[in-house]
Amino acid sequence: MREVSTDEITKNIKEMCIEANYILSDDVKNKIINSAAVENSEIGKKILSQLEENMEIAEREQIPICQDTGMAVVFIKVGQEVHITGGNLEDAINQGVREGYTEGYLRKSVVKDPLIRENTKDNTPAIIHYEIVQGDKVEITVAPKGFGSENMSRVCMLKPADGIEGVKNAVIETVKLAGPNACPPVVVGVGIGGTFEKCALLAKKALTRDINSESSIEYVAELEKELLDEINNLNIGPGGLGGKITALGVNIETYPTHIAGLPVAINMCCHVNRHKKRIL
Amino acid sequence: MDRYINAPIDNEIVNSLKAGDCVYITGTIYTARDAAHKRMYEAIKNGENIPFELKNNIIYYLGPSPAREGQVIGSAGPTTSSRMDKYTPLLLEHGLKGMIGKGKRSDNVIESMYKNNAVYFAAIGGAGALLSKCIKKAEVIAYDDLGTEAIRKLEVENLPAIVVIDNKKNNMYESHK
Repeated sequence: MREVSTDEITKNIKEMCIEANYILSDDVKNKIINSAAVENSEIGKKILSQLEENMEIAEREQIPICQDTGMAVVFIKVGQEVHITGGNLEDAINQGVREGYTEGYLRKSVVKDPLIRENTKDNTPAIIHYEIVQGDKVEITVAPKGFGSENMSRVCMLKPADGIEGVKNAVIETVKLAGPNACPPVVVGVGIGGTFEKCALLAKKALTRDINSESSIEYVAELEKELLDEINNLNIGPGGLGGKITALGVNIETYPTHIAGLPVAINMCCHVNRHKKRIL
Repeated sequence: MDRYINAPIDNEIVNSLKAGDCVYITGTIYTARDAAHKRMYEAIKNGENIPFELKNNIIYYLGPSPAREGQVIGSAGPTTSSRMDKYTPLLLEHGLKGMIGKGKRSDNVIESMYKNNAVYFAAIGGAGALLSKCIKKAEVIAYDDLGTEAIRKLEVENLPAIVVIDNKKNNMYESHK
């Protein structure tokens, strides 16, 4: 069995938390820069150019792109031929988050109890999604998630008869309701199928996919394009002040579901759509 | 229209601002977000003092990231304003003149802004690095225990914002649709 130490996991998570918050991945960065040419509203163009300037300052002067450096969402795929050594995996992940948020001057935005609301002061715990997969590698994705957009996300338990039109309506309605609150231009992650919790997880996962990629299922890829066009005709625009660029991308993930159901989750993400992946 | 204004702001300035104006704010403003609003709201309700004079002042809905050595403040963009809606009318009744945030406001807030002659600005959500460059001084003046949510007194220079809702209920989020 191949061995991977908890120290290595902690170190990588720490670095990814910091990197994600200072430098957007190229897909999102280039999409924001290129969309300025397509935007037709004057104020929209101005905001997009300020977002570009913001990314440059963040990288150059080591200031987080956004002050909401998020709750750390971690997807970890562990190959079944891997033996984790040196301690508890969950502790190792949280230690990485702790070190990253402290040493990286990132904001501590997590409270210990949802109602008592005392800050944990180190941004732990992370939200961790484990998967056991084939092979002898460990794949880690760190996706710090801001809550301005998270708060505008929804799960809709549609009926099978609602069909594809029902799904489209749910997505468009959610984007409209989010309006300026989700910090447009947004990225829209959609999960269709599964159960109540599975579709929400799919929607979150969809946000970590390259913004230029499309679904491998033909009709889903078409739906992604169609929804993006429709969203960009809503005239919400950058900052919610009108314009063509309301969304940078729509990513959809699907899964088998029950004969009685059609769950749909829409996970809204601002333009600071952070995700870093490493394979150990 | 581009406008350069100095904070604090009086009724005359509020009257001159129209939804859609791009403003550059220079002067003293205060930060407060969810937890600080709750405390100030409860203090006022209990007849206690709050950490700064609301009259003619502007509150920036901000919880910055920590500053590195040599920096005034970390990333410093606006948070979603609607979470403050519950507390805002009471603050407006006590003299608050302006708010900087992002996103929609409730009908109650808009009505109270109309009644108390106040203005709502949006700063660009997610442009925290850029906005931090406009902050020349930052000092925690109260509620230190709240960490990022503590109340800070800021000296700002040409902080860019857009008048989204003016004192006549004109609302830029609605009007462009």
